Amino acid sequence: MVTLTINGRQHELDVPEQMPLLWALRDVVRLTGTKFGCGIAQCGACTVHLDGEAVRACVTPVSQAQDREITTIEGIADDAVGSRVQRAWLELGVAQCGYCQSGQIMGAAALLKQTASPSDEQIVEAMDGNLCRCGTYSRIRQAIHRAAEHGEESA
Amino acid sequence: MRTLTELSPASAKARADQQGRNKGDGPLARETSDIARQGAPGTTRAHESAVKHVTGRAAYIDDLQAPADALHVALGLSPVAHGRLTRLDLEKVKSAPGVVDVITIVDVPGHTDIGPVFPGDPIFADDEISYVGQCLFAVAAESHQAARRAVTLASVEIDERPASLDPVAAAEREEFVRPTHVQQSGDWQAALSGAAHVIESEQFVGGQEHFYLEGQACLVQPTEDEGVIVHTSNQHPSETQKLVAEVLDIPFHAVTVEMRRMGGGFGGKETQASPWACIAAIIARRTGRTTRVRLPRAEDMRATGKRHPFHNRYQLGFDAQGVLQGGDITVIGDCGYSPDLSEAIVDRAMFHADNAYSLGSARVTGHRAKTHTASNTAFRGFGGPQGMMIIEAAMDDIARRLGQDPLTIRKRNLYRAGRDVTHYGQPVEQLGLLHDLIAQLEQSSDYWARREAVVAHNARNPIIKKGLALTPVKFGISFTAKHLNQAGALLHVYTDGSVMINHGGTEMGQGLHTKVCQVVARELGLDLEQVRISATRTDKVPNTSPTAASSGADLNGQAARDACLTLKARLFDFAAEHFGADRGGLDREGMRLEAGALIAGSGEAERRIPWGELVQAAYLSRISLSEKGFYSTPLIHYDRETAKGRPFYYYAFGAAVAEVSVDTLSGEYLVDRVDILHDVGDSLNPAIDIGQVEGGFIQGMGWLTSEELKWNDAGRLVSDGPATYKIPAFGDLPPVFNVELMQGHPNSQASIYRSKAVGEPPFMLGMAVWSALRDALSSLVDYREAPRLDTPATPERVLMAAEALRQRTLASQEAHHAPA
Ligand code: FES
Ligand code: FES
Repeated sequence: MVTLTINGRQHELDVPEQMPLLWALRDVVRLTGTKFGCGIAQCGACTVHLDGEAVRACVTPVSQAQDREITTIEGIADDAVGSRVQRAWLELGVAQCGYCQSGQIMGAAALLKQTASPSDEQIVEAMDGNLCRCGTYSRIRQAIHRAAEHGEESA
Repeated sequence: MRTLTELSPASAKARADQQGRNKGDGPLARETSDIARQGAPGTTRAHESAVKHVTGRAAYIDDLQAPADALHVALGLSPVAHGRLTRLDLEKVKSAPGVVDVITIVDVPGHTDIGPVFPGDPIFADDEISYVGQCLFAVAAESHQAARRAVTLASVEIDERPASLDPVAAAEREEFVRPTHVQQSGDWQAALSGAAHVIESEQFVGGQEHFYLEGQACLVQPTEDEGVIVHTSNQHPSETQKLVAEVLDIPFHAVTVEMRRMGGGFGGKETQASPWACIAAIIARRTGRTTRVRLPRAEDMRATGKRHPFHNRYQLGFDAQGVLQGGDITVIGDCGYSPDLSEAIVDRAMFHADNAYSLGSARVTGHRAKTHTASNTAFRGFGGPQGMMIIEAAMDDIARRLGQDPLTIRKRNLYRAGRDVTHYGQPVEQLGLLHDLIAQLEQSSDYWARREAVVAHNARNPIIKKGLALTPVKFGISFTAKHLNQAGALLHVYTDGSVMINHGGTEMGQGLHTKVCQVVARELGLDLEQVRISATRTDKVPNTSPTAASSGADLNGQAARDACLTLKARLFDFAAEHFGADRGGLDREGMRLEAGALIAGSGEAERRIPWGELVQAAYLSRISLSEKGFYSTPLIHYDRETAKGRPFYYYAFGAAVAEVSVDTLSGEYLVDRVDILHDVGDSLNPAIDIGQVEGGFIQGMGWLTSEELKWNDAGRLVSDGPATYKIPAFGDLPPVFNVELMQGHPNSQASIYRSKAVGEPPFMLGMAVWSALRDALSSLVDYREAPRLDTPATPERVLMAAEALRQRTLASQEAHHAPA
């Protein structure tokens, strides 16, 4: 048995300890907002937070996620930074096909938690592993700046 | 009878707010400041799935709930590129834990060839093996892992043969998947022999993996009769319906294909989403259980075709001013093992060998070479980009030969009055737009001042060289297969006044559904909130064309509008008699739907009937509130015999300026700045269109720079995942990236509200980066020569080109200094 705290709720899962967190989330808990893109930590589609930090769920065994706060796209609206990121995303119409966007939003929220007002260079550094095949990078960059501005307004 | 709900704006808003709160997206949806919520065409409006996208609620195929006993499929793929299958022993596979069914070609009840247009694609290899990754068998098991484990237990024996992997050699041996086609205008030989200058060169233009972030996936449910319901990530539901029915040997009406949204398509799910649906359907019918296929990334990349690599040759004559007189162009598309869509793709490369320039008297020949790789397929631009690379290379070549700036040469060669007919006989309209667009971008990007700065920089810096280029795009809009230029739509108005529209197009992120909803909202004078679109389904709109050729909004928008117009006319007829019958009825003339009401008459005599009231009255009076619409593109034709016609309804234009910095000792480079001006006619939705332009450019840049497909000598794709195949990442986004839409030039043809298609044309703006790299390299030899730079122009290739130039300079200096 593995106990996971996901978006503030405890889940008891009967899964092997080595199961990637992504499959536990998607197939067992049925939180499908987190996506599979590559399975080898190279695309960022599966990004979730462990204690507020961005990790790739496809290569994180559930054993490593025990005793930590897991946040997924389904729970990010309850986070002040996360909801600002979502709002900025909507204001700027970032998503095209949308498939990468859960991961992008989780990546951006983790960045903004660490660095309230990141520079373009810091954005590139933090987000470089989050691929978007639709090429929405320009709007993601703008939206991260926008979310940072919203943060300043509410500070 | 049912209670008809009054549709007052207040209650609609209250309901929407309440629903928002229930779903948790209320606050998000309420505070959208940039993206207006009123959504007439021409205004920026959020993507219909925007809120779902940012909350993780947008469902893709693999997110769909399936029954607990659903089966998971894994595929047995060929490990060799060419040979004969001599033994396929699947006994151990069948008895592996969790395995429920195993199928090969002999288990297919109906057709075994699932070639989309021409035959040649067996659903499973039978005897002949044609590429690494070809499907041999499929395993269905209780879990994904069980299926994958079982696949490894197969015993496969193949009598291996030498693989043909070189398309040029294949073309020399005349190994083609389709016949060669030739277009000719005027006397190209005379043009060449009479020209002041002639250039002759060749180029290799690499392919491209789609890398849709959502891989190929489908979910198939057996129905209570002999059929299936197919949920698939798919650009062409009608074709999948046909192929599934044919492999099952059942009528088309027994198969329903449903498609809500794709996590990216880009052409890779036009024909190549069908095989998985066919396989899953066979298993679903055999087992009576819901069946899922999701290809792992590496298998997806090996089993499916890509953008065609091309080998192009050109011999072009030009006058002292650098204006093309004519010449001879040959393109060889590497089609892989079967025709798939290659006939039309190589045609499109030929149609675009001119890009925005008059070729003069030219012959253009297109070969479709057969090789032992996956069958190459549609990809944004559909061969057009590979064709344009010829003439863009030539423009740089000519400029260096004459010692002119490449932009000067490009401008001299643009289609213009007197030189305005393409080599396939279509007149180029909107020449003013083309010239204005380039002039505007030249100014707004500050091209000439930056040219001076680049030259000055390069004079000072021996190692880091800067390059600058402006390249145009002229892209023909329409399917070149004429019959595909049709679309249908189905419009329902319900008794609460809410509206449902369905059409044949599919949503892959391009915002098609949003645009079609905008069309309907405008025609019916409603808020966008009142118009909804649901999944694309073959049982709602039949016999649809693929969502491809950038034509989704053009075709389906018109079909939706057609349905609205018919329904409107019926409602107007009804209203004219029904309302105010005591005063002789309403004035039918000038009646309109606006701001949620039917408006008749004007001034004192104006009458307004709220939409809800109109709909309810019509219902009670037994007037149909449902309508279908249809559209077929006018004017287009092309005769393959004479290779002449008007294959395109219109052209979309654009241009980009790119500036790069190249480290000529390592080949590494950066794209410093990009400026784009792009033509979408009167935009249906500027925010969506600009997003398409930005994304298209990034993808085009990736194709020409970092995305390198590599096969080993045995024909096995070795760049089979994101670790080895590099699509543009955040760091590749130019630090300065200015994108604007051209204003004031509505489409000269009667497209939907005079807009233009936007899916593909911006892809080719990426050529500016490639041309800028060549410009930087040219500086190594004082701009006397444009080096050959095959694509993708990886740092390795850039370095090789730089080295070659340096060697030649050294050699010529030595020759110069050698004692006589
Ligand atoms: S799926 Fe985890 S990084 Fe790609
Ligand atoms: S929006 Fe499609 S992959 Fe990012």
